Amino acid sequence: MAYSDKVVEHAENPRNVGTLDKSDPTVGTGLVGAPACGDVMRLQIKVGEGGVIEDAKFKTFGCGSAIASSSLATEWLKGKTLDEAEQIKNGDIVTELNLPPVKIHCSVLAEDAIKSAIDDYRKKQAAKRAST
Amino acid sequence: MTVQLPIFMDNNSTTPVDPRVLDEMLPFFKGNFGNAASRSHSFGWVAEEAVEYARERIAKLIGAQSEKEIVFTSGATESDNVALKGVAEFYKDKGNHIITAVTEHKAILDACKRLERDGFEVTYLPVDKQGIVSADQVREAITDKTILVSLMLANNEIGTVQPLEAIGKVTREKGVLLHTDAVQGIGKVEFDVQKMNVDLASITAHKMYGPKGVGALYVRRSKPRVRLVAQMDGGGHERGMRSGTLNVPGIVGFGKAADILIHEGKEESARLFALRERLRSRIMDALDEVYVNGSMEHRLPGNINLSFNFVEGEAMMMAIKDVAVSSGSACTSSSLEPSYVLRALGVGDELAHSSIRFGLGRFNTEDEVDYVADLVLSKVKHLRDMSPLWEMHQEGIDLKSVQWTAH
Ligand SMILES: Cc1ncc(COP(=O)(O)O)c(C=O)c1O
Repeated sequence: MAYSDKVVEHAENPRNVGTLDKSDPTVGTGLVGAPACGDVMRLQIKVGEGGVIEDAKFKTFGCGSAIASSSLATEWLKGKTLDEAEQIKNGDIVTELNLPPVKIHCSVLAEDAIKSAIDDYRKKQAAKRAST
Repeated sequence: MTVQLPIFMDNNSTTPVDPRVLDEMLPFFKGNFGNAASRSHSFGWVAEEAVEYARERIAKLIGAQSEKEIVFTSGATESDNVALKGVAEFYKDKGNHIITAVTEHKAILDACKRLERDGFEVTYLPVDKQGIVSADQVREAITDKTILVSLMLANNEIGTVQPLEAIGKVTREKGVLLHTDAVQGIGKVEFDVQKMNVDLASITAHKMYGPKGVGALYVRRSKPRVRLVAQMDGGGHERGMRSGTLNVPGIVGFGKAADILIHEGKEESARLFALRERLRSRIMDALDEVYVNGSMEHRLPGNINLSFNFVEGEAMMMAIKDVAVSSGSACTSSSLEPSYVLRALGVGDELAHSSIRFGLGRFNTEDEVDYVADLVLSKVKHLRDMSPLWEMHQEGIDLKSVQWTAH
């Protein structure tokens, strides 16, 4: 399959690969996908004052399009508020990376990862508020 | 170390045409352009003579008793189809049962599917962890309705070589015809239709350094004489078994390709085996969590199929994009299903997604092998650094215990 230049570029020079401390209350972690399906994404956000995402990291097991989708997602997340981040849709990723139909599921997974990371952060915050 | 990029290491998918093959073909595109079926002039005679010479060479390569047993086709897909459908149609009054295996090429499996729709019964034998079908399995599956057993000489994905000689003893004893898709093994591992009691065999030129679009079906003419119903109607070429004007330049090249293997096949296999082992050991000595798919003992010399755990196959192919290989990962197929061959071995889906097939061939060099091994090592490390699964594995998390969100 031929890849778009943007997919190749992200896959070869992925942005923001790495790990944030899962136990940090300001970090939200989303782990989506399954090894048996051939893609697993872990996306993490670190949320600062005023609900702005200060940092985002990912690690992905998956094809070039899956790596590119998560790499792009981390780029887009940084500097956004949680509410803005929630507005990122898989279609935006498809358009930006020019993903072919068989790769749309990669963008869906990235959207799921974003939502799941935000969810995790919010749960942690709620738990913190409840315990104080 | 000098290597030229890109490197072709996918010789199970096709092979480059040997320059010696091309040289013999060229005159048949130029002055010798005659139709081999033209009986009335020298253009036709020259073409026919060249075709018959190719037939003899191919017959010799596979141990056929007569060159008349070679029927030229457009390739192995056609040969497989003619063998299965042609035999089924001819012998349908004798029985309606066919035996094959789950790891066969799609040309066999899909032809069987069609025969099932037409009222035939097909047994798809399972394989063991190495991809092998045993002669005992064949014996047990044969019924009084069985007319044909079709099992490949060697598998295109995992290189597993079947015990055809033992299987041929069973089919001969039971009076059942044996067809083999010999495409991948021809000239690389031992293959002799007499010794193995093979009654029909499919081969194709483009996997043996000949041109694409030309193949052959071996059809035994004595003990037993195999009959089949032609699947292509027309001018009655190839003794009525396959109508259509012969692809003379292609057939000439096919013949030369066979002749090269007759003379050099043994040496070449030894060289490919050494290269393959060099590649495999360089990779496996340096990396953890790499698994061989298929048999190490009964395997094509130039083939190695490896699963790099925690690294997805398509991402790997992209990372080594100057090296042409293939993968059993779902992402490389339009169906999004991982390789049915790897599944049949019991390889888990996650490892099937991580598989890479390296197919070494005549024109690969030791320098290329070293280059590819080094590249693979660095890219696997890079991709594992990017893999959440690798990180979890390093932390001692059992990935099977994780609740994944299947999608
Ligand atoms: C085992 C096997 N059988 C059949 C074929 C089909 O051969 P062809 O490309 O000549 O139709 C191939 C190659 O793709 C093969 O590997």
